[in-house]
Amino acid sequence: MNNLLLIIVGSVLVNNFVMSQFLGICPFLGVSKKVETAMGMGMAVTFVMAIASFFAYLIQNYLLIPLNLEYMQTIAFILVIAVLVQIVEIALKKISNSLYQALGVYLPLITTNCAVLGVALLNAREEYNLIESVVNGTSAAIGFTLAIVIFASIRERLAVSNMPKWMDGFPGALITAGLMSLAFQGFSGLLH
Amino acid sequence: MLTQILIGTGVIGGLGLVFGLLLSVANKIFEVPSDPKRDAVRSCLPGANCGACGYPGCDGLADAIVAGNAPISACPVGGSAVADQISEIMGTDKTPDQVRNIATVVCQGTVDRCKTKFPYHGIQDCVSASLVNDGNRACKYACLGLGTCVSVCQFDAIHIDEHSKIAVIDPDKCQSCGACITACPKSVLSLQPETVPVRLLCRAAEEGEVVSDNCKIGCVGCEICAGACKFGALTIENHLPVFDWSKCVSCMMCAEACPTGALWGDFDNRMIAEIDRDLCIGCTICKRNCKFDAISGELKQLHEINEACTGCGQCVKKCPKKAITLHVRDHERDANAKVGTTPEAFAVPKK
Repeated sequence: MNNLLLIIVGSVLVNNFVMSQFLGICPFLGVSKKVETAMGMGMAVTFVMAIASFFAYLIQNYLLIPLNLEYMQTIAFILVIAVLVQIVEIALKKISNSLYQALGVYLPLITTNCAVLGVALLNAREEYNLIESVVNGTSAAIGFTLAIVIFASIRERLAVSNMPKWMDGFPGALITAGLMSLAFQGFSGLLH
Repeated sequence: MLTQILIGTGVIGGLGLVFGLLLSVANKIFEVPSDPKRDAVRSCLPGANCGACGYPGCDGLADAIVAGNAPISACPVGGSAVADQISEIMGTDKTPDQVRNIATVVCQGTVDRCKTKFPYHGIQDCVSASLVNDGNRACKYACLGLGTCVSVCQFDAIHIDEHSKIAVIDPDKCQSCGACITACPKSVLSLQPETVPVRLLCRAAEEGEVVSDNCKIGCVGCEICAGACKFGALTIENHLPVFDWSKCVSCMMCAEACPTGALWGDFDNRMIAEIDRDLCIGCTICKRNCKFDAISGELKQLHEINEACTGCGQCVKKCPKKAITLHVRDHERDANAKVGTTPEAFAVPKK
């Protein structure tokens, strides 16, 4: 139990995927103009990452390791993630068309999102068991959601504030992201 | 070693197969019935995804049309034919027949007409060539003929004539997407209505002396066309004639008068008026209104129209008995036929 708590705190705050491992930067910058869509993106990523961790674990431990195919990890995981994202997209279109419209092109982009592949590979490297893998995947995605929602709310404020022209838009956003990353570094002493 | 490879291939291939099946099952379960109207509109569109409408491909335009954000005639490639089909699906009124615009090469400066400043052996592309001293043609408005427009045309509608080294448009293939117009560094190409009576095929807004030095067929701004126009439809701006199409009556006198040939006239479709002998009462109204002395005949006698007729149609409008009609002429206009009728035998047949 203690172990799980460590994993959760570790991947939500200390090793935050966006802020300290710099994974998943594309959706972090792309879908962070509105809190609402950022939240939707976070949810989609959470869902995909939890399931991806689960299936990647099964594939890793019941297919690749028994057959000595660990070197196939990357391509096998990419395959799993791509299929999962497709299924999520198809399901989302049916269940919540507004969320589907809001996510737009970014949902298919999760397919090639390094954060999702990254969590699967990290789980394999750390040799987590099934529960640990899923918990790690979910909490890493929660960390991603946390970062993107905070970032989106800052950007919403920035959009209406009186910025100098050369800082308006992406320049300001990138500097904000840098400052946020610095702030997240403050958690690094939390686990020892 | 080989078994290792086979196992690896088999596992990944099998995974792919299983996932593929999974996807198709999911596709069935979560199938969203799409709007049949939208699909019907999409199937009418050409499907070239050229983007000339301003939407991301034909799918984007179909969505916009069904949502009411785009007019049914938004596809410039399909033109009125596609607009009619879409109007049937959408249940809106048909749009009036639009004049089809096609890309037009506004230059006749072939190599034998327009001088060459220097031999150009650089990159065979108009943009590169235009960077070297404004291109190697004497006239800075001339078509460079290196085919930048040809390479951007998705519809194979442009080619460079081998002998004259100038772009030639195939009007049947042109889909008026405008890609060539943006690509041309010399702005030689422009979208113009497919059928116009006269067309200025020169952009040289320079003094006549400069133009005539450079090119045999360039517009020298002599203003003869403006003098020849009896309807005030032509003015000269920047050494070039400018048309007021609302006043033009398609008499083509400007093109006939043009000494250089820079003004092109659609002489193949030139009109001639014809008087219906049964309806004419000899009122002389047409004769008095003809600006070209092409009608003869005395009061209460049958009027005749001679070969000087330009087909301007003023008499058709004025005839109280509606006895005059226009039809495409089969002989060349004879400006000297003003007095009396040119006998059929002496009329110059059209080539």
